Amino acid sequence: MRRVTKLVAVAAAATFSLAACGGGSDSDTVDSGDSPTSDIKVGLAYDVGGRGDQSFNDSAAAGLDKAKDEFGVEIKELEASNGETDAAREERLRLLADGGFNPVIGVGFAYATSMGKVAEEFPDTQFAIIDDETLAETPNVTSLVFAEEQGSYLVGAIAAEASKTGNVGYVGGVNTPLLQKFEAGFKQGAEAVNKDIEVQVKYLSQPPDFSGFAAPDKGETTAQGMIDAGADVIYAAAGGSGGGVFKAIKAAGADHWAIGVDSDQYLTAEADVKDIILTSMLKRVDTAVYDFVKSSVDGEVLTGVQRFDLSDEGVAYSLSNEAAIEPFTAKADELKEQIIGGEIKVSDKP
Amino acid sequence: MNKLNADTARRIGLSVAAPVLAVALSVVITSIVLASAGNDPVETFTQMIEYAQEPRTTTLIINAAVTYYFAALAVAFGFRMNLFNIGVDGQYRLAALLAAAVGGAVELPKVLHVGLILLVAVIVGGLWAAVAGLLKVYRGISEVITTIMLNSITTALIAYLLTADKLAVQVEGSNNIGTPEIPASGRVGGIDLVPDSKLQVYGLIVLAAIVGFLYWFVIERSRFGFDLRATGRNEEAAVASGVNVKRMVLISMAISGGIAGLVGMPQLLGASYTYSLDFPAGIGFTGIAIALLGRNTAIGVAIGALLFGFLDTSSQILDLEGVPKEIVLITQGVIVLSVVIAYELVRRYRIVAQQREVGRQLSSAAGSEDSKPQGAQA
Repeated sequence: MRRVTKLVAVAAAATFSLAACGGGSDSDTVDSGDSPTSDIKVGLAYDVGGRGDQSFNDSAAAGLDKAKDEFGVEIKELEASNGETDAAREERLRLLADGGFNPVIGVGFAYATSMGKVAEEFPDTQFAIIDDETLAETPNVTSLVFAEEQGSYLVGAIAAEASKTGNVGYVGGVNTPLLQKFEAGFKQGAEAVNKDIEVQVKYLSQPPDFSGFAAPDKGETTAQGMIDAGADVIYAAAGGSGGGVFKAIKAAGADHWAIGVDSDQYLTAEADVKDIILTSMLKRVDTAVYDFVKSSVDGEVLTGVQRFDLSDEGVAYSLSNEAAIEPFTAKADELKEQIIGGEIKVSDKP
Repeated sequence: MNKLNADTARRIGLSVAAPVLAVALSVVITSIVLASAGNDPVETFTQMIEYAQEPRTTTLIINAAVTYYFAALAVAFGFRMNLFNIGVDGQYRLAALLAAAVGGAVELPKVLHVGLILLVAVIVGGLWAAVAGLLKVYRGISEVITTIMLNSITTALIAYLLTADKLAVQVEGSNNIGTPEIPASGRVGGIDLVPDSKLQVYGLIVLAAIVGFLYWFVIERSRFGFDLRATGRNEEAAVASGVNVKRMVLISMAISGGIAGLVGMPQLLGASYTYSLDFPAGIGFTGIAIALLGRNTAIGVAIGALLFGFLDTSSQILDLEGVPKEIVLITQGVIVLSVVIAYELVRRYRIVAQQREVGRQLSSAAGSEDSKPQGAQA
């Protein structure tokens, strides 16, 4: 009997860990009311987390929704599972291409290998991948990539200016090369303003554990630790975990600031913490998805590597917390011009 | 002779009853969930089955099952001895990383190259599991705790090793990072097992069959297997009959980990040729569920692996049809829980049946011996 009880416990643990990759939402098709209609069918395959992750995937979803409302395209969204194989990703893309969806968008670098294979099989379908440019040579794959290090450079400079203690923090969601680009930019920006500044760097989880993007509790503890060690401005490049960082900053009281990421978190965060969000590093995945779908509707689809950076507002810093950000815009805009002009080169390696 | 056959048939019938009951129950519960969410259960299952019959999908199901099979055998080997190796997940990831690194670093003739990669994987998996074995034997720490903790340590260790200045290379323009690709001599080609499918079944399915056979042979037909099962059923009795339990624990743990080391091999040698950030994770936990479902036997586990492969692979079609594919997680969860309940029910039924049988034999024996002056009452 003891053995059976033990087995149940193990089984339950296993099931929970399997179920932990839940989430999910339904996909829908356009209704043909008085809204515009289009023959274009857009297929989109999400990264783990899917619609509703308050981060990267949601940003892609926002772009897709906007395109749907504006052009009346039919959309289909498929979700990814945690820890899945390339074969599963390949099959997802193939189902979309096979179902007549064109263009097909893959959200996240994990789709690189699988998209390479499926794109070869469906030469008449246009594909797009976000955050990867290894398929630049494949004619029917559009690479949508971002200069995250440039935007992070600007918020790094703002953080250094706003800091009174000369000590700032970077909280990364998951320690991957992509997030290291954010870290690299932030550090360089902070050091450009104050070369003696101390930049604390912490990641919430290590791959393949991607929970760091959805662990507000870890975000809060980590930020608390940084505040205790003297930091007064913290950049949260951690998706849904950013909420925890905001809480810790709020609790630390006046003269402590948080910086958001991806979307304008001053507008999306909980009402009680929004006043401490100095600015956000905007990574316009929504713009990229929208532009790509729009080009498809217009009949002149974007191809090759589409890089979104400071010059086309593909990355930027937000101004919605007007009173707070106002003292720092002059310096930030000056640096921005220098980056666009090429006088400042921002490295993407920490 | 006839009676013996009938007994065997009933024994097999009983041992099949539990998993079948569990699967049936989970289909019923999944149907209820589907219906209450406004989806037609019959249509949903039909879609999944039809999709599974496409040659491509069938191939993918078999490939998923090959991977699951190794994981489930690794868990089952420990289970047979009452050892709970929850660390299969960490063991196979570490094994795959180091095997990929070694495989990508050398050039050897085909057989040697593949052999070397597999050997590294088995040794790494085995040693990593042996850590838990050592702690149990010499410090009395439950392997449940240590293997779970070792999973976390593995994750940190891999994060440390999988960086550009250690085992990995960064490809220009990619946000992924992985070990150098294993050259052609270290890869295992596929087999055209499913007719009309453009995809091939992993060549390592042959290895899976061999490991499955060895598993059966070692557990059921060798002295070591007898000692192992004896220790699993009753440790004191095993000690009394001269089994060195400490040694058994250590060896079993290492073998379980060695099998776990093979989990990542079909993917590594048959598909990705590199260990990168998106290498499949979490298969070790699926293995626990399948080992439970398959009653820790080589054949049962194979069937369980195919079932889970079917559920995972076919679920993709559901998303396209507007049914949340997470529904299969419910199915899998219910299978695992109900299989435990079903085994308990079958076990009780078996005891009751045995008691009845003994009672009948005793009473009939008593009846026939009444005439004798002194019956053997013992």
